[in-house]
Amino acid sequence: MSHSPILIPAELAGGAQPPPARRAAPRLGLGRPWRYGPAIGPLLLLAIWTLGSYLGLIDHRTLSPPWVVVGTATELVGSGRLWDNFETSLWRALQGLFWGVLSGGVLGVVAGLSRVGEYIIDGPIQIKRAIPTLALVPLLMLWLGIGEGMKVTAIALIVFVPIYIQTHDCLRSIDSRYLELAQTLGVGRWQFIRHVIFPGALPGFLLGLRFAVTSAWLALVVVEQVNSTSGIGYMIELARTYGQTEIIIVGLALYAVLGLSSDALVRLLQKKVLKWRKTLDN
Amino acid sequence: MAQDPGQLNSPAVVSVRKLSRRFGARIVLDDIDLEIPGGQFVALLGRSGSGKSTFLRALAGLDQDTVGAGALRVPERLSVVFQDARLLPWKPLLENVAFGLQGPDPAGRARDTLDQVGLAGRERAWPGELSGGEQQRVALARALARQPQLLLADEPFGALDALTRLRMHALLRRLCERHRPAVLLVTHDVDEAIHLAERILVLDQGRLTVDLRVNLPTAPGRREAHAAELRARLLASLGVHADDDGERLAEPRRVAA
Repeated sequence: MSHSPILIPAELAGGAQPPPARRAAPRLGLGRPWRYGPAIGPLLLLAIWTLGSYLGLIDHRTLSPPWVVVGTATELVGSGRLWDNFETSLWRALQGLFWGVLSGGVLGVVAGLSRVGEYIIDGPIQIKRAIPTLALVPLLMLWLGIGEGMKVTAIALIVFVPIYIQTHDCLRSIDSRYLELAQTLGVGRWQFIRHVIFPGALPGFLLGLRFAVTSAWLALVVVEQVNSTSGIGYMIELARTYGQTEIIIVGLALYAVLGLSSDALVRLLQKKVLKWRKTLDN
Repeated sequence: MAQDPGQLNSPAVVSVRKLSRRFGARIVLDDIDLEIPGGQFVALLGRSGSGKSTFLRALAGLDQDTVGAGALRVPERLSVVFQDARLLPWKPLLENVAFGLQGPDPAGRARDTLDQVGLAGRERAWPGELSGGEQQRVALARALARQPQLLLADEPFGALDALTRLRMHALLRRLCERHRPAVLLVTHDVDEAIHLAERILVLDQGRLTVDLRVNLPTAPGRREAHAAELRARLLASLGVHADDDGERLAEPRRVAA
């Protein structure tokens, strides 16, 4: 039977029935998605790593074998060292995220809702955007020292940009037809902002939040490796000086977990808040 | 038809004197005079670019940035239905209908109107879940929930398929009999105008060139004959003649005869 199993139920395909009178058109699409298909790539990578280490193809000094990494991770968890560093890093990222989202959101709203606000705020922010924030770190160190304040500020400065841009942009791109509608319905300015502009700009803000969360981790890595005595970045830096690749890998894995789970969290938030879009997305 | 149909029933709710509007050097509305009595259903026909939408926007107060002159009196309670339903996608149907609704119990009144357009039980649905015809019904409900003295409709059925459009005609007729607003329906569909309106205006190059009453006889045979005659006249005034396209014209167009 040359027909695709997707077109014909299994019992028909195996049975004695004549093939359906249908021209077998060439299939050009990708076919159905596989269940757990997306896990194949990462699992394959893990398999290569394990097998390569086991067969001695990968030098242990270049990359520790997975079982050593798992052992080290267990040890670090047991001694409480991992948790301490994790907590420090998470707290830094959250603080930076908080201030960045707050300032980016407020400035985005001010610039998005008023002409004067835009003229005053938007220019400086575009200039600031042109300077890579990480290049500001030396200046921040001179101003704020090398303590937590500098680290949180650096993270906030990076987080702030996507939030500002997305919020401002979305507030400005609200369909003018809704403005007309609100005018004919006799809706006041505040009502219009509350029921039309803000909900309309929310998808953009949440997209900005996703970018922001990703860049918060990026900033965290940099500030923790520059001048730090705690945090995941510090743990990695220390491991580098001692050539402990297994600890470096544990740290990287931790960053990956943080990055992925925070992104998933924002997406969950998106789903909750943008319920009305559900029908359009699928 | 030389009579002035505007003065036959109740006092005018819309009164327009020497209204003109222009975009740059182009005159879109040219000294328009019009009165619409309360409860009258008026259809405004015109080719694309004849100024009919501009006229409607002027009545709706949506043309603040347009250059123009003239006096305009419209009722306080005025609703607009656009060609697109223009529902807020992030609000369920009930909140869309109740949005900006003044007075006591907006939710209750919104629910009643949704019921009248046949969408009872769908209050919590999102606009994105509805078909085009259903969305336009919600837009009608939103317009009527305000109990307008004047309902302005800018080709409200233009984007719907033919069957849905017929159903919407019947619904609009029923709703108008119930709420009795004065209606100004902008359309380019001659049959729609004849079918729905008591009075038909034709706007051509910014001027009202035709203003006639639709008094279709009730006897079946004579009714169709009268309607056909009316249609031919209206099409002629829109620049389309019977020999151009026989009887089945949807889109009036200019013909170099």
